[in-house]
Amino acid sequence: MTPHDPRPDPDALLARVNEDERRAARGRLKIFFGASAGVGKTYAMLEAARRKRAEGVDVVVGYVEPHGRDETERLAADLPSLPPLAVHYRNTLRHELDLDAALARRPAVLVVDELAHSNVVDGTPAPRHAKRWQDIDELLAAGIDVWTTVNVQHLESLNDVVAGITGARQQETVPDRVFDEADEVELIDLPADDLLARLAAGKVYVREHAAHAREHFFRKGNLIALRELALRRTADRVDAAMRDYRDARGISSGWAARERLVACIGPTAAAEQVVRAAKRLADALDAEWIVVYVETPALLRLPDAERNRRIDVLRLAESLGAETVTLGGASVADEVLQYARTRNATRIVVGRASRSGWRAWVAPSPIAALLREKTDIDVVVVGSDALSLARRSPLVARTEAMLATGTSGKRRWPAYALAVAITALATGIAWLLSTRFAQANLVMVYLLGCTVVAVRLGRGPSVLASLLGVAAFDFFFVPPQYTFAVADAQYLLTFAIMLAVSLTIANLTAGVRLQARVAGHRERRTALLYAMSRELAQAGDREAMARTAVRHVGESFDGQAVVLLPDDAGRLHLPHGRPEPHSLRGADLGVAQWVLDHDERAGLGSDTLPGQEALYAPLPTPQGPLGVIALLPANPRRVLLPEQRQLFAAFAAQIALALDRVRLAERARGAEVNAAAETVRNALLAGISHDLRTPLAVIAGSASALAEQGDDIPAARRRELAASIYTQAEHVTTLVGNVLELARLEAGNIAPRTEAYPLDDIVGAVLHRLDPVLGGLAVTVALPPDLPPVDVDATLVEQALANLVDNARKHAAGATTLAIAASRRGDHVELTVSDDGAGLPPGDPERLFAKFERGRAEDAVGGAGLGLALVRAIADAHGGSVRAERVSPHGARFVLALLVARGSA
Amino acid sequence: MTRALHAVLVVEDEPQLRALLRTTLEAAGYRVIEAETARRAVVEARTHKPDLALVDLGLPDADGIDVIRAVREFSSLPVIVLSARAQEHEKVAALDAGADDYVTKPFGVGELLARVRGALRRGAQVADADGSVVVIGDWALDLARRTTRNPATGATLHLTPIEFRIVTVLAQHAGRVVTHRQLLRDVWGPEAVERPEYLRNFIKQLRNKLERDPARPRHLVTEIGVGYRLEVAGDDSPA
Repeated sequence: MTPHDPRPDPDALLARVNEDERRAARGRLKIFFGASAGVGKTYAMLEAARRKRAEGVDVVVGYVEPHGRDETERLAADLPSLPPLAVHYRNTLRHELDLDAALARRPAVLVVDELAHSNVVDGTPAPRHAKRWQDIDELLAAGIDVWTTVNVQHLESLNDVVAGITGARQQETVPDRVFDEADEVELIDLPADDLLARLAAGKVYVREHAAHAREHFFRKGNLIALRELALRRTADRVDAAMRDYRDARGISSGWAARERLVACIGPTAAAEQVVRAAKRLADALDAEWIVVYVETPALLRLPDAERNRRIDVLRLAESLGAETVTLGGASVADEVLQYARTRNATRIVVGRASRSGWRAWVAPSPIAALLREKTDIDVVVVGSDALSLARRSPLVARTEAMLATGTSGKRRWPAYALAVAITALATGIAWLLSTRFAQANLVMVYLLGCTVVAVRLGRGPSVLASLLGVAAFDFFFVPPQYTFAVADAQYLLTFAIMLAVSLTIANLTAGVRLQARVAGHRERRTALLYAMSRELAQAGDREAMARTAVRHVGESFDGQAVVLLPDDAGRLHLPHGRPEPHSLRGADLGVAQWVLDHDERAGLGSDTLPGQEALYAPLPTPQGPLGVIALLPANPRRVLLPEQRQLFAAFAAQIALALDRVRLAERARGAEVNAAAETVRNALLAGISHDLRTPLAVIAGSASALAEQGDDIPAARRRELAASIYTQAEHVTTLVGNVLELARLEAGNIAPRTEAYPLDDIVGAVLHRLDPVLGGLAVTVALPPDLPPVDVDATLVEQALANLVDNARKHAAGATTLAIAASRRGDHVELTVSDDGAGLPPGDPERLFAKFERGRAEDAVGGAGLGLALVRAIADAHGGSVRAERVSPHGARFVLALLVARGSA
Repeated sequence: MTRALHAVLVVEDEPQLRALLRTTLEAAGYRVIEAETARRAVVEARTHKPDLALVDLGLPDADGIDVIRAVREFSSLPVIVLSARAQEHEKVAALDAGADDYVTKPFGVGELLARVRGALRRGAQVADADGSVVVIGDWALDLARRTTRNPATGATLHLTPIEFRIVTVLAQHAGRVVTHRQLLRDVWGPEAVERPEYLRNFIKQLRNKLERDPARPRHLVTEIGVGYRLEVAGDDSPA
């Protein structure tokens, strides 16, 4: 945007409008914000609620902590309130907000104390969400206005700052997003002295067991600092609101390029601090921020307990509003820089180097490497503080690592034994060579052995092989032989270099191995996804896709899975049909339904119902979720790893894509079928109405004449009228019969009940039935005596033949003879009805079998519009065919081919 | 032949059709009793003891077949079923339940009256069936003596015992349809009722022997999906 163009960015405006619309549908959140307990938030909230109630607004108390403060309780008693949900937890009874009751009650404003409260997730009945702010989120989504209270120390991003001030870390925190997105924040401010006075007067509730913390927490210095923090946080909000306002009004004072931060974390305790610092920085700069974790081969070697820490940190970052990314690569610095460049980041936030001394010199920390890079991106280094006491000494960490890898250590001892064996072998070879070759060459044999161990067996065994190699070389080959003593001091240099070289080889090779493993991992992931999407592409329908998905997800995540699809009413159902070995039985439909309705994951490892054993994730499409996939992993830890979660998300997206494809295809096919059916219906209606109108006009006219003027009409004329009524009624009967029969056949729900049946019987029956109407038409029948029976529903074929004969009678002008014949052609019997009349009308004879196609447009003979169409439908239903042919010199022939009955070939 | 007025019970829920049947039957010299429900039909059949019943298969309170079963418990009066087209299985069920014949709606007056006459004649025929001679085309069949001869030329024709039995059963119901099941049971016995293909071969042979043009049978008529009907000369002509 140029400085001369004062118009706001249209995209920003659109986002603004969308945001406003979203907010209009959502309930409004008002937060009564305080610096600490005791400032009177709850009191102020209830006061305001009472005033609102007096104005006639439907204000209901959802939940207020019963702190035993008289004035608060008196206020609350004046307002209608929801009974709390009693939750049993380890033989105690806890009270929680009854979310479902609140949703059902739908008040205009719901008052809920303590936004930062954690629900008793392990209790019975289990509350839906782990945190109260999630309850409130759902209430707001349902369009209910909510008033709540929170203290500054509960804000996630200020958590460690407050901990720095008071020395106590808060367990109950609220994502800043909730606070920032609140529609209104009212700061309840009380000077520190007043608060202390209230405390002295016993007006501030402090939990009994926390009483000893009181002196520590409620110190004047702390209170002043907290108050300043609360004031500043509120001011930040006001500032942001002001900025929003200016955006909305198009007030522009220099459109600064948007800042974007990339925070880089490792699996250290300091990572949390880096994330919080980045959040504060991002807020201050009004910037987007991305938290990046780079998985290097070295980090892959860390024990699980340590690696899992990054999961918590990344989730913390997500809850603070960051985008999180896990990258893989050899060098943290390179990966982060490259990523920051692709995302146009303006700053990189890193923690301070924890390495020092020789380690920092030998293996520089990623931060040092980052700082050495020449780049235009600012690097912000966040200092570590008292909290680093959480960081354990390397020795402790290593011990834990050894304990943690105890299981894998068991599996690895053969590798160490093999390393010893290879070193022994190298010694043997060196022994054989020692008589002819210089000792320098013997060193080479050891180095070769060490390399082999490093390549085949990994880091640990190769280190062992290095040490053993040096020792063996010393013992067997360095004079004095068979002792570890060294006669010549220059060998010490040999040992040192030999050890350094073999350790370097061991390290490098092990690194390469790990890289290969990481690459293999990634390749396997891609292969898994590819295998599934390829099979999904082949699956024809939703059930087959669901089965394919279940099998692949089950195999890939080593667990049981189920894909739940909603019916037309949006209700999920358990799949019926053959279960796969990986099928999850007993998925919780209630949880799944919640996931579908809210388009959010729930269950294991998520924020909602984390107590569930299985993880439930929506199958996302831009139009909303298509279903839910549930996964019960054999090892719950697996789904907690970020890369596994991302892989799972990728699977879900892939499945959703495939299902969406089927859905669109079905819709397209449905539309096609509808259009075709519509065309047929229209033709049918037009045809029926035409073919009905003529005979009905005759019937109605003749009948009304007879009824009204019967006496005045001569008797002979009366009989004529009556006869024409009868004839026309028969036409209508035939037509209606054909329509019904056709509809029955085309609906496809009646299969012909076929049996082996002799054609001569059918021909005889038809000729007998039509005898009265055949008139002067001579009929010849030529059926060979050895004609095999046909596989037919005799009643239907009788109808078809009758229609063919009737057609010839009506439409073969000038015909004198009707010939019925049959002959066998392969596995069919062809029944022909031919006449010597005027022949078929010009054009494609196939047209005759279309519905309401008449031979000649001006044909006055009615009731034939469906006759041949019905013959075609009957032939098709029998797996046979019918065609019309021209006969020379004149006449027409209809050929009905029917299958020879099995067993009569 | 003078006779008392035959009483016909008309069981039909459609008033216009009922009125038409009354008009037609009364014009042909029958006395008409009307019933519009199945319950009423059974009561009327008990109290008025009609000579014949015309029963519509679709009634508001029950199936027409139930009426036939109920009537058959106390009476052997002839029953003709009125049914719509394309309901072959219903026709067969009605016939197997004890109906004597059926008329497909819509029907002409001639056809209806011919069926009524055929059904009423049954009472008389049952009595002297054994001694009767049936004329089929050129041939006169003496069912008691089991001989077949051409009265015009004096030629004779051999029919097998089973062929005779088939003709006998059909002749006992002359002019009316006999279901496959009924025919099979009466000729071969109860175990053969599911084998209609037996019948087709014998009917074909009979046609070859008796009909003038076996390809266009005029006497041994197939009612596709239902059974066979023996039409004796002159039977079909309207009154």
